[in-house]
Amino acid sequence: MADRDRLTIELWILRYRPAQDEEPHFVSYTVTYTEEMSVLEALQSIKDEQDGSLSFRWSCRMAICGSCGMMIDGTPKLACSTFLRDLAPGPVKIAPLENFPIERDLVVTVADFVKKIESIYPFIMPKETKPVEAGEYLQTPAQMAAYEPFSDCINCMLCYAACPQFGANPDFIGPGAMALLQRYNGDSRDAGSRERLDLIHGEDGVWSCTAVGLCSEACPKLVDPANAVNQNKTNSAFDFFLRGLRKENHS
Amino acid sequence: MDHFDTDILILGAGGAGLRAAIAAAEAAPDQRVALVSKVYPMRSHTVAAEGGSAGVVQAHDTLDDHFNDTVSGGDWLCEQDVVEYFVSHCTREMIQLEHWGCPWSRKPDGHVNVRAFGGMKIERTWFAADRSGFHILHTLFQTSTKYKSIERFDEYFCVDLLVENGRAQGAVLLCLATGEFCAITARAVVLATGGAGRVFRQNTNGGIVTGDGMALAFRHGVPLRDMEFVQYHPTCMPGSGVLFTEGCRGEGAFLLNKDGYRYLQDYGLGPAEPQPRNKYMELGPRDRLSQAFWQEERKGRTVTTPQGEAAVLLDLRHLGRKRIEERLPLICELARHFMGIDPVDTPIPVRPAVHYTMGGILVGIDTASPLPGLYAAGECSSIGIHGANRLGSNSLAELSVFGRVAGEQAAAFAKGAAAAEIPALLDRARAAEARALGLLNGKGGGERHSVLRKEMADSLEKGCGIYRLGDEMQQACDRLADLRHRYDGITIDDKSRAWNTDWISALELGYQLDVAQAMAHSAIARKESRGAHQRLDGYTQRDDANYLRHSLAHYRKGASPEISYSPVTITRSPPGQRAYGALGEQLEHARKEATHG
Ligand SMILES: Cc1cc2nc3c(=O)[nH]c(=O)nc-3n(C[C@H](O)[C@H](O)[C@H](O)COP(=O)(O)OP(=O)(O)OC[C@H]3O[C@@H](n4cnc5c(N)ncnc54)[C@H](O)[C@@H]3O)c2cc1C
Ligand code: SF4
Ligand code: FES
Repeated sequence: MADRDRLTIELWILRYRPAQDEEPHFVSYTVTYTEEMSVLEALQSIKDEQDGSLSFRWSCRMAICGSCGMMIDGTPKLACSTFLRDLAPGPVKIAPLENFPIERDLVVTVADFVKKIESIYPFIMPKETKPVEAGEYLQTPAQMAAYEPFSDCINCMLCYAACPQFGANPDFIGPGAMALLQRYNGDSRDAGSRERLDLIHGEDGVWSCTAVGLCSEACPKLVDPANAVNQNKTNSAFDFFLRGLRKENHS
Repeated sequence: MDHFDTDILILGAGGAGLRAAIAAAEAAPDQRVALVSKVYPMRSHTVAAEGGSAGVVQAHDTLDDHFNDTVSGGDWLCEQDVVEYFVSHCTREMIQLEHWGCPWSRKPDGHVNVRAFGGMKIERTWFAADRSGFHILHTLFQTSTKYKSIERFDEYFCVDLLVENGRAQGAVLLCLATGEFCAITARAVVLATGGAGRVFRQNTNGGIVTGDGMALAFRHGVPLRDMEFVQYHPTCMPGSGVLFTEGCRGEGAFLLNKDGYRYLQDYGLGPAEPQPRNKYMELGPRDRLSQAFWQEERKGRTVTTPQGEAAVLLDLRHLGRKRIEERLPLICELARHFMGIDPVDTPIPVRPAVHYTMGGILVGIDTASPLPGLYAAGECSSIGIHGANRLGSNSLAELSVFGRVAGEQAAAFAKGAAAAEIPALLDRARAAEARALGLLNGKGGGERHSVLRKEMADSLEKGCGIYRLGDEMQQACDRLADLRHRYDGITIDDKSRAWNTDWISALELGYQLDVAQAMAHSAIARKESRGAHQRLDGYTQRDDANYLRHSLAHYRKGASPEISYSPVTITRSPPGQRAYGALGEQLEHARKEATHG
């Protein structure tokens, strides 16, 4: 125990403070660590004990709020569920999520991603409207299974950091928002598929994806956004076909 | 300073704030709603709720049963008229969430399924696997984007309320990204800022759960009610405090001590049957289970984790892999990933951690606080349904039921209210800005706020834990007064403006200290044992003659809070003995005979 408690590990953290730094640069910190310490806990100990100016987002500590995504040794990860024991002996490189503008230190801009989510009509457009007094819509476990995995997305944006297409074209709607779109399109209570598919025919939509599949590898929640993208390619193609020669403006 | 004018200002975009915003937008589409949150709405701590939300649906269940479970669960410190309203609106709200898309778990026939929960006599907890809060929050957030009248201020931190002429009329916000301030003026204000569990050391709460709204209202003269009642959840991860939902026990998990013995049978919760009956054994209420842990630890019958924490064992093995993975996927992930334990073949070491603040901002059944124009809903409020101990799955239901009420009431108030008194409000906003900048730029005496935060958490854990003693509570009060004093001399490392989380945590600590003082002083003043407030120093019994009353903590600038009391509304359930297990059943039987016989 005593020996283990004395173990230390070095972290290289990308720092950038807009008011004083011209360029992001790595700064080295050393922390004592224990078996069960997460990267988030290491960052917290640095902030509490060494340098209060280090900024990063976090809240739940249990891989559900989606706040703490960052690049850890080059891979997009949730800091709260990545453990130093798996990264030892280090040094460990910690940087903000790839493909997003840095606001400061490990904090990146989330607003554009949230706008994408909002743009895909992320709500039920009911097939049949009924008042609450009439009770719930029936949905069998099999009907639920058709969309449920896509509803588990925690909006952590790790898949965007892994996606080369998004890196090249920030307007690409991207895997997370596509998963959400499929979450509603696949829901037996919903009738909004048409409207949503209209959004993704264009060049920033589903056809931007070159099917690399890195998004699903990065996803900490097994949402499999690549599958959502694929389903939508099929749906988009099918939809396009059905519309025949109807002139559509897809831009 | 930037200035926005709106009609209804909602501070907090967790379950309660989002539900309020949607209700306001639906009730008054012509009014503008400003929805403010210090994190993106889907990061709010509602996201972490696992187990589920209450609402009577089964044919053999009744609203009376839900009422009685809630009132006796709260050790009769509940506002019974409010509980009555609550239980009769839960189910409607759960169906509303279903209509908005919440993926509630289903039965094979397509109807919504319900599970058992601690202290609930009949299964009535709606669940979405073990990610119920997550799905409720995402459903509400995504649905809220439909309403054009809702304008969001994501990642804006509230530093003060704006009060003029005895009426709440807005708030001062700090934009996290830029570090610049803005004022929002409004005709009505809703607080939905969540709980305060982070004032304790081991807790199940996210970093953002720092009691901000409670302190804001408190500083403006609104009493905090029943703050001594802090819930310990019995099954949390040793060290971090991360929760293993009561849903585990709802599905049939056992709690074992180091000898593999189901110790709860020694604490009036038995008999121990292979399939725990509702309100027996593992399905007893949280306060009783946490207290039993404490006793087992004293008896040396707990295990010790590698990190040196005492723990008991949460045993799911007999449920089998399929059920565990299907019903409790998040629990599997947490145990496997965070602890390296597979619950399919190994029991999980667990211990109690602080989970929920029963008390909060005093509001009436209409969610209105005593300060005109100010409403509150969700965990930051004390509307009176939880009493001295909250039942699991009642608070997600509370968010929905009273979030809606708050949105509708605020909309109605805003419609009748005079326009905000803008010039005077902006003067106040500038003064609040100057105070916050004073904290940032002040030289201070060099002490770090992180040191104070740890001391605060330690002193509350010692003084206001599962069992309490007068002298230890006094020590907590004294240490908190000292910390309050030292807070004025802290130095912030970081003097910059954009994303200065050092500064934000210091501001939060200011809120936390106010809330901590309200808790400790309310606790020491209550000379009895009731629900989550258990004393070992001669006040071990419930004392209805003197303390069947709510405590009210009143803010005093530069001094400790003053405590007063107010009556409890009792409509139809006279205080009885609170019992679970076989005794509980006998007593309930007798009560029924007495009322019907
Ligand atoms: C781990 C866990 C599991 C739980 N499981 C269950 C369960 O199964 N069933 C159940 O009924 N209950 C459960 N609870 C309790 C329940 O989840 C909470 O009481 C409830 O979600 C609180 O919701 P809220 O909307 O009041 O607050 P929150 O969801 O915490 O939201 C607070 C909001 O206020 C904002 N805010 C706070 N301060 C400021 C500020 N200064 N400026 C701007 N914005 C601010 C935050 O950003 C956030 O948007 C659980 C709680 C925890 C911790
Ligand atoms: S799909 Fe997965 S990786 Fe992408 S945002 Fe959602 S949870 Fe994160
Ligand atoms: S802190 Fe919430 S996901 Fe990591």
